[in-house]
Amino acid sequence: MYQFILDLAPVFFERHSPVLLIIVPLMIGGITTFMPNGRTGWMLTVIASAISLFCALILLAQVNLLGVVSYQLGGWAPPLGIEFRIDSLNVLFLLLVTGIGLLAAIFSLPTVEVEVRAEKRALFYAAHLICLTGLSGVAITGDAFNLFVFLEISSISTYVLVALGGTRDRRAFSAAFNYLIMGTIGATFFVIGVGFLYAATGTLNMVDMAARLAESGGNRTVQAGFAFIVVGLGLKAAVWPLHQWLPNSYAYAPSFVTMFLSATATKIAIYALIRMIFTVFVPDFTFEASHFTLIFAPLAMIAMVACSFQAVFQSDVRRMLAYSSVAQVGYMLLGVAIGTGAGLSAGLFHLSTHAIMKGALFMAVAGVVLTYKGTRISDFKGLGRAAPLTMTAFAVAGFSLIGMPLTAGFQSKWALLQALLESGWGFGAVVVVLSSILAVVYMGRVLQAVFFEAPANPRKVRREAPLLLLLPLWVLTLLNLYIGIQADWVIDLTNAAAAAALLGGVVS
Amino acid sequence: MSPDMLILTVLGLPLLTALGIYIFGKIPDLREGATLIGAVALFGSVILLVLTMQSGATPALTLGRAGPGLVFAFKLEPLGALFAVVASGLWIVNSIYSIGYMRGNRERNQTRFYICFAIALFGAMGVAMAGNLFTLFVFYEVLTISTYPLVAHKGDVNARRGARIYLMTLLGTSIGLFLIGVVWTSALTGSLDFVPGGLLAGKVDPAIGSILLLLFAFGVGKAALMPFHFWLPNAMVAPTPVSALLHAVAVVKAGVFTIMKISIYIFGIDYLSALPATDWVLGVACFTIIVSSLIALTKDNLKARLAYSTIGQLAYVTAGAMLATQAGMLGGSLQIAAHAMGKITLFMCAGAIYVATGLTNISDMRGLGKRMPWVFGAFFVASLSIIGIPPLAGGWPKFQLFLGAVEAQHGYVAWVLLISSLLNIAYLLPIPILALMPPKGTPEPAPYKRPEGAPRFVVIAPVFTAFGTLLLFFAMGAIASFLAPVFEGV
Repeated sequence: MYQFILDLAPVFFERHSPVLLIIVPLMIGGITTFMPNGRTGWMLTVIASAISLFCALILLAQVNLLGVVSYQLGGWAPPLGIEFRIDSLNVLFLLLVTGIGLLAAIFSLPTVEVEVRAEKRALFYAAHLICLTGLSGVAITGDAFNLFVFLEISSISTYVLVALGGTRDRRAFSAAFNYLIMGTIGATFFVIGVGFLYAATGTLNMVDMAARLAESGGNRTVQAGFAFIVVGLGLKAAVWPLHQWLPNSYAYAPSFVTMFLSATATKIAIYALIRMIFTVFVPDFTFEASHFTLIFAPLAMIAMVACSFQAVFQSDVRRMLAYSSVAQVGYMLLGVAIGTGAGLSAGLFHLSTHAIMKGALFMAVAGVVLTYKGTRISDFKGLGRAAPLTMTAFAVAGFSLIGMPLTAGFQSKWALLQALLESGWGFGAVVVVLSSILAVVYMGRVLQAVFFEAPANPRKVRREAPLLLLLPLWVLTLLNLYIGIQADWVIDLTNAAAAAALLGGVVS
Repeated sequence: MSPDMLILTVLGLPLLTALGIYIFGKIPDLREGATLIGAVALFGSVILLVLTMQSGATPALTLGRAGPGLVFAFKLEPLGALFAVVASGLWIVNSIYSIGYMRGNRERNQTRFYICFAIALFGAMGVAMAGNLFTLFVFYEVLTISTYPLVAHKGDVNARRGARIYLMTLLGTSIGLFLIGVVWTSALTGSLDFVPGGLLAGKVDPAIGSILLLLFAFGVGKAALMPFHFWLPNAMVAPTPVSALLHAVAVVKAGVFTIMKISIYIFGIDYLSALPATDWVLGVACFTIIVSSLIALTKDNLKARLAYSTIGQLAYVTAGAMLATQAGMLGGSLQIAAHAMGKITLFMCAGAIYVATGLTNISDMRGLGKRMPWVFGAFFVASLSIIGIPPLAGGWPKFQLFLGAVEAQHGYVAWVLLISSLLNIAYLLPIPILALMPPKGTPEPAPYKRPEGAPRFVVIAPVFTAFGTLLLFFAMGAIASFLAPVFEGV
């Protein structure tokens, strides 16, 4: 399989895929700015996303066949030059971002044409491509400061994308502004933390930094840097209680943006967190000297219960799903926080499946926004008959979110529960199932309205979402079901990723 | 056909049936034809599959791996065979009954109804043939989800409320307790296979074993052990064929079957009898038996009374499992078949009365036996069977349970069984007797709601199963010797 990808790839791509992954969307994003209308912008976006995914696949094959890929920008050797460094951990995220990116790009056309004004569409696509560049960049770079730069590239374009929801609902502006302030604080904390580490080690290359930190052990500067970095990235990842920016941004952004962000943006922040706490700081430092578990496991558990509760009381489907996202970040974080290989692998697994199911859920909601112009639960009444294809996909993804057997969500929760029980976290397992039961309640409310209640507006006739939306939606839905009955391949990926993270940057 | 293929057929037939029903959804006659053909074919293949076991073989099939430690495996052992035969056989009778009932009542959304029914049977077959705890859990949930639309069928406020309670209780207990038990078992032993003699036996500290037992006993909410019994009366908002097949046969029996299977193959009889929690669960089961019978006495709504009766009768199976003796477990297993045959008859009678007259309260049914002699005759016979009077099917399991209680030196269980039988008489027998032989001065019953009375299908089906309870009495010996190896493997 991997050999086949490499056979297929042109030599030029094989040699330069790390940098192409960044340059292609960045350049095409720039070009898109000058496009006269949304349609050409859309086509360029799809092309750029497809190339990105192709590059990510090549990297996956290379990492699996040849080991860690190190790409030196401009031929300057690390630690002085900037290095793109791809191991099993970040190739998983590259795959996730570019895969979701391509599906999102395909699905964007119908929703953007309804939700964004004509003269803004080309700019919209440009902002999206730059956001994609930033996200891939965070995942691919081996340089701590570079990571900050890419994080800001993705964040700033995200603020723009969220604000473009103002055409539909003016509350998007205040949501975007909130997000801007909070996101900037997070990024600032991160860069301050990196500054401390630079002061302590004199290097910005993460592998080098890890080696020097291992030599010197912890001191006050390193500890301060650690605290700043964890809080800054925690804000970006919407770790409870730093999640306040998320529900409003997700609820009022254009449907496409919500879908793309929910599946990628917080995930990438979690990647950066894992990269920092596992490979830059040695696990001994993170988990013993700094009590990471003691701080983050309780936060994760509070997020799971509190935000699931909040989700139960939402009347807007997108807000409900947004709160559910914060709760789901708790699952991933709990897996990471217990600090074992199995826990980390389960956290990464849940992260991947969550991207797939939340992506599908938000896509289906986008379909409803498109055809019926509403996102309140009452707007969903009776849609089971009016739009069976969209709503079946919604139901499958919803079951996956709950963790029903035969769906992806069950597999990842199973892995998480197993990891928790194996390392003596019975209490965490209880919280996980409690939160799952709350998920039954909040998803059940919507599903009941969809399938068992009469439409509020009897004129609702059979109107399915357009094909361009249904196609990626069903790809994600079938993926949910496929992982539900055959998860080995994903678990192999996440196990390798967890192993790479635990080996740390010291071993190459 | 080879056993492998037969297992696949048994799993696939209900799904194919569902597809057929969907395709012919617009043509009612063909749609119901598909249901009937599917039901008969399923029963036929289950029988063929069971016949392959005659030579002592255990048909087994591994479908594939879902993930590390998660294997879809099927293995038919005698206990599962019994459950599969009962569920698929009664599906035929129930399909005939459903046709009469649904048409007679002019119910809406009949296509959805029949499709969900077929999928529920798929779940039940999966539960019956599951080769490990993971597979069993998956099909257990399939059964929960597929029956939700059936309970909510009417779609009014009451039905939706009842269905919500149904779903939340079953999902809540299964995710909150059952799933933890399953994952914990897997974490402790590294396996989820059903092992003769018990997977946990000898590997796990009795204190942890006790916690696991409690997780399973209460997590399998379908077994309706108190305090997780209230979903069953609430599920009675469903159309009567659903109450009949699902809440007397497939769903609740899947619950107690799961308890039985876990007791035998996960804990093992010896290990189980050594656990302190076994006695607690036994106590809860006895409490459930008595209290639910007392509540049944107070109910005037016929279906509600039958529902509480079901809760009590299910607890017999749990009690049998918790006695942890061969006789007790055998009695519990026979109860699965005997109670299924008797209770489905009672529910179908209740539905027949409702279709013909619109009556649901017992107090309105005095003297109704004149108009509906066959229905109340069947009701009478099935009541006697539930009470446990020979020569009707219900007699055998009670006898075995008595033996088991004495063997296990839990004398109080024998008393509980005795009192329960008396209570059964008190809440069941007055219904047919007052209907067939009303006291002098009872006013003439109200005329039929439907001028032509109950549809023929709706009357034939319960009469047929009432005869079934008689036949089953004589078949019990064969069934017991068929089941014997399950308990001897210890």
